[in-house]
Parts: sequence; C-alpha cells; structure tokens
Amino acid sequence: MSASTDVPKESFRLSQLIYDTRYRSLTIQVIALALLVGALWWLINNTVQNLETLGKDFDFGFLTQPAGYDINQRLIEYTSQSTHGRAAMVGILNTILVAILGCALATVLGVIAGVLRLSKNWLVNNLMAVYVEGFRNVPLLLWIILIFAVMTESMPQPRDFRGDEPEASMFVNDSVAVTNRGVYIPRIGFENSIGSAGATWRSENPAAIEAGEDGTPPPSSVWDWLIVIGVLGASIYGARWNTRRADAIQEATGERPTTWYINLGIIVVPTLLVMLALGATIAQPYLRGFNFTEGIHLRNSLIALWLALSLYTGAFIAEIVRAGILAVSKGQTEAANALGLRPGRTMSLVILPQALRVIIPPLISQYLNLTKNSSLAIAVGYMDVRSTLGGITINQTGRELEGMLLLGLFYLVLSLVISAVMNVYNNAVKLKER
Amino acid sequence: MSETHAETTRFVRTEMLAEQEPPITEKGIVKWIRENLFSGWLNVILTVLSLFVIYWVLAALVPWLANSVWTTGSLAECREVLAEKGLNSHGGACFSVITERWPQLIFGFYPPELYWRPIVAFVIFLLGIAPVLFQSMPRQALWGSLAAPFLVYWMIWGGSLWGPIITAAGFGVGALAFVFIGKAAGNILGTISAILLPILFWLFLTGPIVAGLSGAIPLEITKVESNDIGGFMLALIIGISGIILSLPLGILLALGRQSHLFIINKVSVAFIEVIRGVPLIVWLFTASLLLNYFLPPGTNFDLMLRVIIMVTLFASAYIAEVVRGGLAALPKGQYEAADALGLDYAKSMRLIILPQALKISIPGIVNTFIGLFKDTTLVVFIGLLDPIGLSNAIRATTEWNGIYWELFIFIGLMFFIFCYSMSRYSIFLEKKLQREHR
Repeated sequence: MSASTDVPKESFRLSQLIYDTRYRSLTIQVIALALLVGALWWLINNTVQNLETLGKDFDFGFLTQPAGYDINQRLIEYTSQSTHGRAAMVGILNTILVAILGCALATVLGVIAGVLRLSKNWLVNNLMAVYVEGFRNVPLLLWIILIFAVMTESMPQPRDFRGDEPEASMFVNDSVAVTNRGVYIPRIGFENSIGSAGATWRSENPAAIEAGEDGTPPPSSVWDWLIVIGVLGASIYGARWNTRRADAIQEATGERPTTWYINLGIIVVPTLLVMLALGATIAQPYLRGFNFTEGIHLRNSLIALWLALSLYTGAFIAEIVRAGILAVSKGQTEAANALGLRPGRTMSLVILPQALRVIIPPLISQYLNLTKNSSLAIAVGYMDVRSTLGGITINQTGRELEGMLLLGLFYLVLSLVISAVMNVYNNAVKLKER
Repeated sequence: MSETHAETTRFVRTEMLAEQEPPITEKGIVKWIRENLFSGWLNVILTVLSLFVIYWVLAALVPWLANSVWTTGSLAECREVLAEKGLNSHGGACFSVITERWPQLIFGFYPPELYWRPIVAFVIFLLGIAPVLFQSMPRQALWGSLAAPFLVYWMIWGGSLWGPIITAAGFGVGALAFVFIGKAAGNILGTISAILLPILFWLFLTGPIVAGLSGAIPLEITKVESNDIGGFMLALIIGISGIILSLPLGILLALGRQSHLFIINKVSVAFIEVIRGVPLIVWLFTASLLLNYFLPPGTNFDLMLRVIIMVTLFASAYIAEVVRGGLAALPKGQYEAADALGLDYAKSMRLIILPQALKISIPGIVNTFIGLFKDTTLVVFIGLLDPIGLSNAIRATTEWNGIYWELFIFIGLMFFIFCYSMSRYSIFLEKKLQREHR
C-alpha cells in the first residue's frame, strides 16, 4: 500500500529543459544571455579591429588639449586656447541655459493655452486649438529654421537705427533693440561689484571711461549674482516661517490671518537692500560704430532655438494641462462648494493638488524632451554640447568614438537624473490607497 | 387643500396661452454670441483680444496670398511682377518657388523619366495599407498587403524583381517551418526553426538563387541609388518603414520589460532607457559616424538603411513605454483569467492581454508615430536631402536666395496634413474599438 503513495522518482531528461516550465525560463535566459554576450563580443571585437586598422587608440586625452576654436556664446570664461574639456563644459552650460529658458517659457505658454483651451469662449477655445494642433503637427526643426530665417532676413540692421529719422526704433523706452544680428536687452551691473575686478574697475578700463558720455559700463561678476540669488532663496525659505505662523493661528482660532503682504515684504526687501548695497544699475544697449554695445546680446541662434522650443513644447504642455484639469471630477468641485470653500480656496486646496498629480509626470517628460530637442541647435549654429563636444571637437581630433560616447553619456545621465527625481516625486504625491 | 385654494382664488386660467417668441437676446445667433463670446467681463476682453489677433494675422496674410505669383523662374522675376502690380517685395507671395521646384521637393534627385515609379509605389502602398487600416475592406486583401512592401521596394529602387521575391520567400520558409515542424515537434521547436531557417535561407541561399533566376529570366528595371531619393518621398519612406517596423519591436520590448525572466527584463529596461535617454540626433550621428566601427572591417551599407534602422530602434523604445502603460492599466484579473483558462503565455498574450492593452495604448502609439514622422526631418544633418534639406539647398541658389515663408509654409502644410490625418485616424480607431457603454 505504501508503494502506491510514493511518487515515482523522476530522472532528469534533456527535453525537460524545453517542455518543463520549471526549467524553461532558465533555458530561455541562458540562451538570451549567450546571444547577448556573443553580440557584445562581436561588436567590441569589430571595434578593436577597426581601430587597429585605422591606427587609432581609445583615449580621452584630447579633453586636456587646447581646443583652438572660438565659441561666440558662452557663460564661462573661454578662449581658443582653452581645452576641449572646457569647450565641452561651455557647450553643456549652453544646453542647460536654453533648456531652462525654454522650460520656463514653455510652461507659461502651455498653462495659458491649456486653460484657455477649456474656456467657454468659442473664439478663444478655437484659437488655442489652432495653436496646439499647428505646433504639434509640424516638425520642430521647421519652426526653428523659420524663426531663425525671419530673424535674420526681415529684422532691421543695426545701421537702420542710426540718424535723426531712423528706419527702425528700439522698444520699451529705448532699451530693447531687435536687429538682424540678434536682440539687445539691458543688463544689470553692480557698481560695487565683488568680482575679481574689485572696486578699481574704472581705472582698469580706460576705453570704457573714454566713451564716458554714455556712462561707463558697470561690471558684474558671478559672485554678485550668487549673493543676490542666495539672499532671494534664503528670503523665500524664511517666508515659510510666516506661513507656519498663519497655520498655527488658524489651528488655534479658525481664522487665517492674511499672509501675502508680509511674505512679499520678507522676500523682496532683503533682496532689494542687497542689490542697493552692491550698487545695481541698469546698463542699456546703445549704438556705437556699426553695432550695439553694452547690454546683453541674445544671438539669433539662441532666440530662434528658445522661441521654437518653447512654442513647440508649450503646445504639448497645453494638452497635458487640459487633460489634468479635466481629470479632476466635477464632484470634487461640488464637494468643496458644499463644504463652504470659496472659489479661490477650492482651486488651491482641492482642484490643483489633484490636477497637479496628473499633470506633473508628463510635464517633466516634456521638459526632458525639450532638453533633448535642444540638440537641434545644430540647425542654427547655437553652440550647445552637441556642437562643441559632438561637433567641432570630433571633427578636429578625429575622436568620434570617444566624443559620441561622452555626448551620449551626458544626455543619458541628465535623463536618468530627471527621471529619478520624477519617480521620487511620484511616490511622494501618489494616492495612498489600500 | 386644493378645494380651499379654489374657493379663495378669484381667477383660474383654463386655456393655454399661445407660445410666444423668446426674447431676441435669448434665441438664435444673438444668444449664442452672448453665451459664448460675451458672458462676462473676462470673456469680453478675451474675445476682443482674439478678434484683434485674428484680424492682425488675416490682414497680413490675405493680401499676401491674394497677390501671390505662381509662374516665375526666380525671386528677382517674381519681385518684378510684384513691382508691376505696384507692390513692394513683400506685398505678395512668390509661390512660383513651389511650382518651379515641385518635382524636386517631392522626389529629390530621382531620375525625372522614372517619376512614374514612386507614384506607382505610393498607389501600391495605399492599396496595401487600406485593408490594414479599415476593417470594412475584404479580408483577403490582407494577402496583398503582405506583398506590398516588396513591390514598393522594387518600384522605388529598381533592379531585379527576383531579389524581393526570394527575400519574401524567406518569410514563406519561416511560416512553413512554423506550421510543419511545429506540428511534428511541438510549438517551441517550431518557433525556433521558424526563426533560424529563414536566416540561414537569406544568408546562404538567397544570393545564388537570385543570381541564377536573374540569369535565366531577367526581370530587371533601371536601378536607382538611395542618394538620388529625396524630398517628401524620402520622408515618407523613412517614416513609413520606421512606423511599420517599430510597432512589433516595441511590443516585444514592452513584453520583455514586463517579463519575470530576470535577464530579459534587465536587457529590455537597459535598451529602452538608453535609447530614450539620448536625443535622436545623437543616434543619427552614431549611425553615420560610428557604425563602421561596430561592423566587420570593410562592410559599408546604405546610409538610408542605417537611418531607417536607427529611427526604428528609437521609435520602438518609445512605443515600448506606451504599450507598457497599456499593459499596466489592464486589471490583474485579465491575466489571472487567462491563466485560469489554461492558456500558455503566447496564447494569453495574443488572445486576451495584447488586444486590450493595445487598444488602451492607441493614442500614445499614434502620437509616437507622429513624432517619428516629424523626426524624419532630422536626417538633413547627416546629409540626406529631406524636404528641409532641399529647402536649404533651394534657398542657397542664386534664383531663390532670400525666400523662406513660401517654402516653409508649403513644407509645414504637407507635414501638417500627414500628421493631422494620423491623429484623426487614431480618434476614429478609438471610437470604433470602444466597447464600454457610456
């Protein structure tokens, strides 16, 4: 009797590797791994052989050699004697600059268009639909090139601003000049700058003093801006104290004191004081010789790339914002009204937190897309990281493999960091269900 | 109550009043305007602003279009014609650039005497894609859809017809192997042989067979090099090949990412993240600059083919993410139900999971396709002459130096038509597949 309950001992057969689900997954994985390793080995082997035939090695030493080319748009000190690594840094900063500018403008455009797209006003609604569909269905590259062509071909030349009856005039109280060489806007300088130039900048810059009738250009250094931004950040952080106080009063008495003017004061006053102490002055661009000097020169390449990226991404963000607002069910608004919340509070305490949960993840992936799309800078000659590290540096040193690898890694790390941040955020705000 | 009420009431109307016209402000167009355009002070401001914007655009656009010139050979001639009409150089559009460069914008540098071939290829493509897109077409036509890619290839690139036919026969070998070996030795061996046999067939048998058959019956038409293909034809070839090839690859990647097999899962994740993390333009430069490093010494293959492969891989990573969203959105009960029915993995995916997951992902998939089609313009940077590359070339000629609006409007309009019809189709498909009652 006992023999019948015994499970017959199975011997392992080779066919079990395919037909037995216990072993099959293992078989598949081993085969996949073998194929993968084989393919990688093949690729690497080919690369090594090809490098040998070409007489090249795999070496990142070129990053420390002098670059020998100029970059017209730069945020940090750079000359043609600087290294290729420095040039790559300039490119990375330029990529980040246009990405930040683009994300900011795209968000503004997208939120406005998305909200207006939900408007009951037929005209506004359809106008926004035309904007969204028009930009979503036409390649970004076309917009970049079009804006660049419009800027360079149909804007006035700097000399048109000359004379008693100029053909073109500057905007906003003679402070902004739109020319075919770019846009000139005022900049903020600091008379008591704490940069390397120090307080002696007037004597160090005789050419500027000679041109004195327009006022000498006040310098500005990174340190000045770091101080101003630091004070601003600290004030914003400090303003949270006021909000917490208001929360405490509301908990105790049920009445929430008005906070906005105190907050505004906490944020604005110290920043203004610091700027006054540094002697902030506005330096306006003016025509000298054949071109405008002073102020900030925004090149056409930057303007075209920035506007096109913002308008294009803004159209996508508009759809995201619209979908996010529509995703909050009407019952939520009604429930908030039933609780007696005023419309403003309904929006800020009930609708927005829920809509943002839907909006933020795709919004961040749009930011990511914008950053990656900024590599289209090649179309207008904006010196982003692809143009410096992945363009001129590769052409000059012949290090395609290393250059493209670094370029790819830069974008990859950027994307992975942003996705990681997004995942943390998602986990923080996601609905806590069962 | 009603009786006491009746006693105290002096007058009760017994007949109905005739219906009256609603007040003028509450009917017809006036009501619509009041409700839709002027319902509050904010709306009034917005309406006035919109009207101003529309007027501003139309005031610039309408005279420009109305005075457009269609028949001159250069920008200078066009400006002369405009000057004769008493307009300045920007008073009218010079659409003659489109009429003069039309063949180039559409076909690139394809030999003019062979223009009929891409047109025939396009018709074959439309006939082939129609039964796939619209279920109302007869189902037998799907066999024609299978043949279409090979015919389209032959029509565009020319050469011997035997090449495409024998290549197609390779797929036939695979199908036969799947059916017969699958019956004789089980599904898994069938699948493996269905993958291996065609590859062996293409590697070792295709060349000799094609050579032999072409020697016997030469079905040859003039060969055209990939370099000669440009314009919208190029954009369409790259876009459509990418779209058709990336969908199956993307679905496989999505299944790989959902898989419980550790290695498959990690490889899929790494592939998807690396592809998505780097801009397409960097991948295209990789294809044009670096591919020669990765392949055995001496291999060199068509730049256009490299671009198609890169665009396909790029789009498939995005599609994989979209499909993964669809897979994740399915209730777990569907997976469990499939298991409970005793379906194996392939059957449960094919019959239960994927049809539903793909239905959910349609908008995302079509958006990816639209993105892919728009991204075909990036090939201009690696030296292919797509519409934007041609527009740059045209703007650099002496005849048309200084023209931009006309060209860009034309190109933009063409892209808009293709992309917008794709998004309309996705809405149509979603509506058709809608199963819930709303």
